[in-house]
Amino acid sequence: MMEDNRKLIVSASPHVKSVHTVRGVMLDVIIALIPAACAGVAVFGFRAAWLIALCVGSSVLFEYLARRVMRRPNTVGDLTAVITGMLLAFNLPVKTPEWICVIGAFVAIVVVKQFFGGVGQNFANPAITARIVLLVSFASVMTNFTSPVVGGADAVSAATPLSFLGRLHGAAADTTLSALLESGSLPALSQMFLGVRPGCIGETSALALLLGAAYLLIRRVIRITIPAAYIGAFALIMLLVSGFDLTYVAYELLSGGLLLGAFFMATDYTTSPINTLGKIVFGAGCGILTAVIRLYGSLPEGVSYSILLMNIACPLIERFTAPKYFGYIKQKKEKKAGDAA
Amino acid sequence: MANDKKPNLGHELTKGFLKENPVLRLVLGTCPTLATSTSVVNGVGMGIAATLVLICSNMAISALRRVIPSKARIPAYIVIIASFVTVVQMLVKAFVPALDESLGVFLPLIVVNCIILGRAEAFAGKNPVLASGVDGLGMGIGFTAALFCMGTVREILGAGTFLSGIDTMIGGSFTGFDFTGVLEKLHLAPMTIFILPAGGFFVFGILMAVANRLAEGKGLKKAENACAGCPMAASCGRKTEEKAQ
Repeated sequence: MMEDNRKLIVSASPHVKSVHTVRGVMLDVIIALIPAACAGVAVFGFRAAWLIALCVGSSVLFEYLARRVMRRPNTVGDLTAVITGMLLAFNLPVKTPEWICVIGAFVAIVVVKQFFGGVGQNFANPAITARIVLLVSFASVMTNFTSPVVGGADAVSAATPLSFLGRLHGAAADTTLSALLESGSLPALSQMFLGVRPGCIGETSALALLLGAAYLLIRRVIRITIPAAYIGAFALIMLLVSGFDLTYVAYELLSGGLLLGAFFMATDYTTSPINTLGKIVFGAGCGILTAVIRLYGSLPEGVSYSILLMNIACPLIERFTAPKYFGYIKQKKEKKAGDAA
Repeated sequence: MANDKKPNLGHELTKGFLKENPVLRLVLGTCPTLATSTSVVNGVGMGIAATLVLICSNMAISALRRVIPSKARIPAYIVIIASFVTVVQMLVKAFVPALDESLGVFLPLIVVNCIILGRAEAFAGKNPVLASGVDGLGMGIGFTAALFCMGTVREILGAGTFLSGIDTMIGGSFTGFDFTGVLEKLHLAPMTIFILPAGGFFVFGILMAVANRLAEGKGLKKAENACAGCPMAASCGRKTEEKAQ
């Protein structure tokens, strides 16, 4: 070998490399998403599995075709498109028509990811952006939730717990939490935790999501910083607003896509800050925005919008949280001589 | 380009179509472009109104170019442009009230449209009357064409119609194409986001990429990417700094 003959190898840093590869990391994320996928199929029936497969398939296909058309190296093998497809399906109601799923995959992969340069270059989380594009474009379809089909029940259109919780505050407040619990509009907390409630395919089961998140944390694929800051800031605001009503806060935490967003979408490497301080700012920003949208916005759910907004704010956060060079001393601004005149 | 060289009228006319298209290549007048291109009829109406103002203001400014003191030229240009905008606005209000209604504030805002001030500054202030008029016509056609393309994409995908509302603009019984019924039979629906600003930006970006590709082929080489190769060179302040390269 040529290399072996050299006494001194001069090359640019980095010289120490970790064993993590994009493919390996993404494989871990896929494994972590599987419990939530299973829970989605269990709660919403076989159609959930079909939609997940469709979203994954069309995402991978669009990734392949886009790279082919742009004459760039094929990146299907890094598995990022599979995750985007899974997350996209997790963010859709189970009744979503197939063609809307395919449009979502196109927006996520081609518009958000490949137009901006492919993996590691996307300006925002592809799955989140695709969800928002679909939500804005097909509002009635994207908010047409069905009741769980666990135990052989028929799927009927049903309002999510969040839309009931939304009636507790704001100008149109017309009910109280205890009234909602008594009337049976809200599922019991244990049902909420297991995921037996109306909602998007992958967001309902807190148990499955937490299992996947624990796997990612143990494998050190993600750090706890962003989810902790996100959920912490959100819970704190909800505590203060509700006057320390723990039941209410538990319902808010378990409903909507909060856990899915906090653990799997806000932690996307490309669109979240690098430093710990930046991660805290990013997570807290997501939490505050989500709480504000849920409390005061016209929409019942704010997870996707808040993550998208913080994604876009990410470069700014990075700029203000960049560490100092070692030994760097900030120079005092010298007064210009002409200022006094 | 030296001032005493006789301008080539054909070139002045056609450069605005694609190579120096004001919206897609010079990225001027972005605000009215995004706001009024939600439908073809609105976009083209805006384009025609702006074209009229552009031709008149270009010729007037060119005729007065030796009279206007260079230090006070911008206020002078604005006064001239504002006069023509007022005329056009009154004409639109009188003859096409529906267009006035749908364009709303963007009609009077033609006064501060970057394309018009940009052409006054970059071209009409330095060139003879006829060439300035032709330049205004070419740029106006380029602007209208860009608005037509954007309006077509956004209206068809976003609302499922094409040329809707054309009867209120030019009269007649033809009310435009409506695909919503066909879409409904296929269980499809138009994507509302294309009508909204976010979708407008994406259509705009993609059209700019297409225009760049058409005008430049595979893109500028890096060495050419200095002032000489820049479509903004005529009106850009950096040109005077003259890079050492």
